[in-house]
Amino acid sequence: MSDEHPPLLHAERSRRATRILAIRQLLVEKDVVTTDELDDIIVRARARTPADGAKVVARAWLDEEFRERLLTDARAAVGDLGYQLSHDTELAVVENTADVHHLVVCTLCSCYPTSLLGPPPDWYKSFAYRQRAVIEPRAVLREFGLELADGVRVRVVDSTADVRYLVLPRRPAGTQGLGEDALAELVTRDSMIGVAEARSRDRV
Amino acid sequence: MGTLGFRAGDPVTVRATEVDHHHRTPWFVKGKQGKVRLVHGEFFSPESRAHGGDGLPKRRLCQVEFQQRDIWGVRYRGSDDDVLLVDLFEHWLERP
Repeated sequence: MSDEHPPLLHAERSRRATRILAIRQLLVEKDVVTTDELDDIIVRARARTPADGAKVVARAWLDEEFRERLLTDARAAVGDLGYQLSHDTELAVVENTADVHHLVVCTLCSCYPTSLLGPPPDWYKSFAYRQRAVIEPRAVLREFGLELADGVRVRVVDSTADVRYLVLPRRPAGTQGLGEDALAELVTRDSMIGVAEARSRDRV
Repeated sequence: MGTLGFRAGDPVTVRATEVDHHHRTPWFVKGKQGKVRLVHGEFFSPESRAHGGDGLPKRRLCQVEFQQRDIWGVRYRGSDDDVLLVDLFEHWLERP
């Protein structure tokens, strides 16, 4: 994982690693879960990357019927594209428009649409993001480089329970005529969490 | 429990109860009023499962929309139109 994420302070890294190892050992000792099951969970989570979510978004931009289904019955819609969600969580997709911008956070832990995006970035799990996203989302967005136009309302989504949220970002201007693969290239992980917009065509 | 039958559009108040066990109701919405936006369906209860229980009875999960201003007051730095969606189990909700 260390090469996929920005480096953490050494002290925080070792504290977190120590805690994770202790919890893992306890869960195994108490027969809550086996090491094989844990490894299986990690392998399945890493089998997905944001490129998978990007395919879903690109399809929604191109196919109006798919888009509507994605917004009302996300499990069935992504199932059509071959993505199986885990049995115990649901998926909901929220759509950014000219009037409303969605930002996803899990204030209680780090719930994330792993079935479509893979494991969450470290900052998504940080206390700073989880605390600040709910009380000062616009400041958080500015720090990610996103300044919203006046009149755009911010709707923060706190995924507290069994539903994982994916943001359907706005389709960038000037992308008429692009195919699904080219459109998917514009869809970043951050745009599906809501801390960014999809890339514009000239910045790919 | 489970018979409250909240529907989209219903105003609700989140119970302001403090509990010691694991639950999924963030402190900042307790006692606050919002509006049910949609009902996700029924899910195993995390309050039971987190403590070795079977998660039954299942609980209906409501997506509730709050005005940010109602939650944070003047501390909220943003637009008066900004909102927060929180998924809350039905037994944490009351009719105002």
